[in-house]
Amino acid sequence: MTSLTSGTEEIAQISGDVAAAGSGHGGADHGGHADVRLFGLATFLVADGMTFAGFFAAYLTFRAVNPLPENSTYELELLLPSINTLLLVLSSFTFHRAGRGLLRGEGSACRRWLAITAALGLAFLAGQMVEYFHLPFGLTDNLFASTFYALTGFHGLHVTLGVICILIVWWQTRSAGRIKASAPFGLEAAELYWHFVDGIWLVLYGILYLL
Amino acid sequence: MTLASPSDFQASQQSSPDQGDPRGLQPEGWLRYLSFSLDHKVIGLQYMVCGFLFYFLGGALAGVIRTELASPISDFVSRETYNEVLTLHGTVMIFLWIVPVVNGAFGNYLIPFYVGARDMAFPRLNAVAFWLIPPAGILLISSYFIKGGAAQSGWTAYPPLSITTPALGQVIWILSVLLLGGSSIFGGINFIATILKLRRPGLKMMQLPMYCWAMLGTSILVVLSTPVLAGTLILLSFDIIAHTGFFNPALGGNVVVYQHLFWFYSHPAVYIMVLPAFGLVSEILPVHARKPLFGYTTMVYSILAIVVLGLVVWAHHMFTSGTPPWMRLFFTIATSFIAVPTGIKFFNWLATLWQGKIALNSAMLFSCAFIVNFVFGGITGVALAQVPFDIHVHDTYFVVGHFHYIVYGGTVFVIFGSIYHWYPKFTGRMLNEHLGRLHFLLTFIGFNLCFAPQHWLGLNGMPRRVAEYDPSFTTLNQVSSVGALLMAVSTMPFLINVVVSALRGEVAGDNPWKALTPEWLTSSPPPVENWIGEAPLVTHPYGYGTPADRLDLQVVTAEQIWNDRTP
Repeated sequence: MTSLTSGTEEIAQISGDVAAAGSGHGGADHGGHADVRLFGLATFLVADGMTFAGFFAAYLTFRAVNPLPENSTYELELLLPSINTLLLVLSSFTFHRAGRGLLRGEGSACRRWLAITAALGLAFLAGQMVEYFHLPFGLTDNLFASTFYALTGFHGLHVTLGVICILIVWWQTRSAGRIKASAPFGLEAAELYWHFVDGIWLVLYGILYLL
Repeated sequence: MTLASPSDFQASQQSSPDQGDPRGLQPEGWLRYLSFSLDHKVIGLQYMVCGFLFYFLGGALAGVIRTELASPISDFVSRETYNEVLTLHGTVMIFLWIVPVVNGAFGNYLIPFYVGARDMAFPRLNAVAFWLIPPAGILLISSYFIKGGAAQSGWTAYPPLSITTPALGQVIWILSVLLLGGSSIFGGINFIATILKLRRPGLKMMQLPMYCWAMLGTSILVVLSTPVLAGTLILLSFDIIAHTGFFNPALGGNVVVYQHLFWFYSHPAVYIMVLPAFGLVSEILPVHARKPLFGYTTMVYSILAIVVLGLVVWAHHMFTSGTPPWMRLFFTIATSFIAVPTGIKFFNWLATLWQGKIALNSAMLFSCAFIVNFVFGGITGVALAQVPFDIHVHDTYFVVGHFHYIVYGGTVFVIFGSIYHWYPKFTGRMLNEHLGRLHFLLTFIGFNLCFAPQHWLGLNGMPRRVAEYDPSFTTLNQVSSVGALLMAVSTMPFLINVVVSALRGEVAGDNPWKALTPEWLTSSPPPVENWIGEAPLVTHPYGYGTPADRLDLQVVTAEQIWNDRTP
């Protein structure tokens, strides 16, 4: 116990550090344990992925079991969705660049790449809307149409939320903001979410457009 | 328990989120339980009380059902009302009582103690998860009073019935269940992170109390299967609101796809309801039998086997839905397999009791009755897993009898036993044993009287979800209704006990049961930070039956007890 009595100043300083670290609620040290927030987010993304899995299973079952109406096919225009796919994959790389910029202390580079990522995300959404307007079928026309809109719409909702998160992160990476090299969680969380959304799109693209 | 480094001291001083409120704005006393508290103990008890309120509501709905069924004609309520009552009974009991209480109430209260932490991994998420429940419940109940009434399609909400009955009630039902499912998922994320990542330094996974493994398994099921229900109900709501045709055959859809997606969640849901009960009873039996839990390792592997198997047996709810024979064969075999790990656990509990120094107090009575009830429900489950038998009894009262033996005779009995066991820890006072035994007697007799006859009724052809039945079924239905009445009456001694003991019960002290798990190694009720000083390292939570376990457990660790045991 001598380490305690002889190191009172050290302990006072530690307590101060603890108080400082713990004062930001949602900060890493509210309970004296490691930061498990990214792990929690990853678990949530597993759950979110399972929602999509349910939709994919429904789609594949409908395709296998429910006959199409007369004179109709599953083919969709591929140009715009393929461009969209490239945009989204590119945006994952640019987001990663932004993260690297933050950890290296290059704030302006980080924010530039974040802005590019957000722009790519918005371009994806715009492309999606253009595609929607040009499609010959509506939500309730037939089962394939309904499932198409449900799947791409649910994914588009996730992209929208992701773009909003990127913009929030962009704001918080300003010099007076809360996200910095020593507290990168906000960016890391948004990045993990974005990669998830990208991954889901790849599966969606494969199943809806290529299959 | 020496402090080896400043970070140890730091950990020991770090308080739980509710403490250290410099402006003194946190509510004190009982008002904490109505506030957005981040303390896992407060949240746990919020779940408990809220859950019990919905239990009484669900019970009242059951009372309406059993009153209607006391005579063979539909004469108590209108047919639509009866459908609404049976729908809300199932929905309330599952999503607002059982799942919140065995997961949210006991899980949130106990898991941080068991892993040696001050709180759950995400205290704010914890509070959000709880506070989703009262509004979702109120929303669900309110659907009864709107035009068209509440949902009428049962808790299973099968199309086309759920698409053709009044829409508003069904949509409210869907929204309510989506909120409750979300709450459950948030809880699951919290438990997984806490159990896997927040264990006290030095505490290994295979040293955790069994309830931790049960909650880990349950939470994995929650995270994997609940979202599929969410997706399904979203598609169902599109069918109702936007007239898409996912599950509407008239519009090209497929009702069987709904059933597959629904049961992909709803079968794991039954394990979400029963696995925590397995864990809780594994904590209670060793304490009151003064014997270690038998077969710790096989208990762990059984839980994991149940988790894996539980995800691949859903279509045994669909044997009469036109499911092709090859699929039925697969699901029959997989379902039969689940009896193995469950049976292992059952025999391990028996072995835990065998030659133990059993104290037949209320906690133990309910826990032992659980074993009896659950094995009976499990046996009827194995019967139901066989396709030819299920074809005969599907959608009859045999199934109703089966699952009430599991859910009530199983989980609810464990909930009651757990309350008798942990109430002293929650409140610092003992419950009255006389009232406890009366509660047990009335519950056990009433429950068996209510649900045993239903097996015979189902075998002889009485369908589920009906208000009218063939007059030859009358006597057994009346017996069942008398049982239900006894169950209603049995809540009185329980309620009186819980309320009066909080005010005038015998003071419990830290460890009235002389138990070894970490929650008993602190005051009753525990301080905000769970323990004064460092969290105890309990590496052998089941070290009972040694001479040392009669010592004062405040100064002796379980490790020392284990080391002192006579060879």
